Amino acid sequence: MTNDNINREVQRPVRELVVPGDLLDTGKLKAGNGTYVVDGNIYASQLGIKSVRSNYVNVIPLGGRYIPHQGDTVIGKVIDLGPSNWLVDINSPYPAPLHVNEVPWRVEFGDTARYLYVGDVLLSKILIVDETKRVQVTMKEPGLRKLQGGQIIDISHSKVPRVIGKGGSMIQMIKSYTNCRIFVGQNGRIWLDGEIDNIVYAIRAIRMIEEEAQTMRLTERVKEYLESVFGSE
Amino acid sequence: MIDENGLRLDGRKSNELRPIKIEAGVLKRADGSAYVEWGKNKVMAAVYGPRECHPRHLQDPAKGLVRCKYNMIAFSVSDRKRPGPDRRSVEISKIISEALEYVVFTEQFPRTSIDVYVEVLQANAGTRCAGLTAASVALADAGIPMRDIVPSVAVGKIDDTVVLDLNKEEDNFGQADVPMAIIPRTGEVLLLQMDGHMTYGELQQAFDMGFEAAQTIYDLQKDALKRRYAVEGAVDEEENGEEE
Repeated sequence: MTNDNINREVQRPVRELVVPGDLLDTGKLKAGNGTYVVDGNIYASQLGIKSVRSNYVNVIPLGGRYIPHQGDTVIGKVIDLGPSNWLVDINSPYPAPLHVNEVPWRVEFGDTARYLYVGDVLLSKILIVDETKRVQVTMKEPGLRKLQGGQIIDISHSKVPRVIGKGGSMIQMIKSYTNCRIFVGQNGRIWLDGEIDNIVYAIRAIRMIEEEAQTMRLTERVKEYLESVFGSE
Repeated sequence: MIDENGLRLDGRKSNELRPIKIEAGVLKRADGSAYVEWGKNKVMAAVYGPRECHPRHLQDPAKGLVRCKYNMIAFSVSDRKRPGPDRRSVEISKIISEALEYVVFTEQFPRTSIDVYVEVLQANAGTRCAGLTAASVALADAGIPMRDIVPSVAVGKIDDTVVLDLNKEEDNFGQADVPMAIIPRTGEVLLLQMDGHMTYGELQQAFDMGFEAAQTIYDLQKDALKRRYAVEGAVDEEENGEEE
């Protein structure tokens, strides 16, 4: 029991499960995500966990659909073609067109099928989202590309930060143990490629994170699991 | 229907609810769900969405739509209920949709619809209230931003007495049935119907009685959601992270 340990206990933000309509604060803090304000009082608008950060009260949601935000990296699936665009399913309520100007190739008008076809999977980025939630995605950035081979699994988008871990620690650990190539999209889609057995172990580890997302010492337990499979490094 | 001790057919006092059990997140494939047992009523609610609204002409570029479908299963009543929508279930679908639409922040999801399905597995009077109670828990479980959770109860009049939460017999042979739904914190009324006759004074008395009972149901709803996501410990440190 070091001093350090005690300090951490004190400083850790209070974790409190809130449901819509719960009073979060009476005006000292600012209203953040997942909240709404009536008469200067801040209430939760979503089921989630209350968190106070730099004077903002937020509710970290526990579920819900993925709502696209500008700059998110997402894994999309081509669902339709037009003469000058593809329609990409990004696992949100809104379909996202990918215009030919936003791909790294020069595409003739009407020649979209030669480059990407229905069923293809892309690593792409949300270019813009306007106020009526019209979305556009782009592939014109380094690292964005068509994903070939591999497997895709879906998790809840609210669990994505857990899967990635602080500074990418969790995903890095899974990658180094399983030797898989993994991409995690902000929309809750995860693409994995590698040795088939290793993919299965990686998926199991991710499912474990998904199920136990709100518990403590998750990284350690995932590590224990991976070590039980692969032996300690 | 009320004996000399002031007790009702099933032994309840005039302001007593039937036993209520609420469970959240019972269906895996829906985005959110809830199951309610309310006396002999058994109601299941499932929420899908927000999702792309079909048919397209119903889409609203300014806000999302809350669409509810209330359905009684054929075996929910003692005489087989002929399946399919009828006048009654269309009405109940409409009033539940409208009550929920008011509390959901629909403007955050333009051009989408949030679909709520309420299935009555077993009916014993007061299913619209049980349905709405379940539906609002299911909405919260689906992670949809909303002002508050909606509790709903029925009040009524039997043997010239105002009583809470009518059961089947009381509903059939009573004088009035008043289903209501409110937002407890603000006192806003989301649903108020009346079938039968009551004096103004009786209605006021009934309303107060319902308001009080709604608080109890509200607490049960919150408790159901909290049980579903019982947090063992705490994490916040491992947050944050970009792609790859």
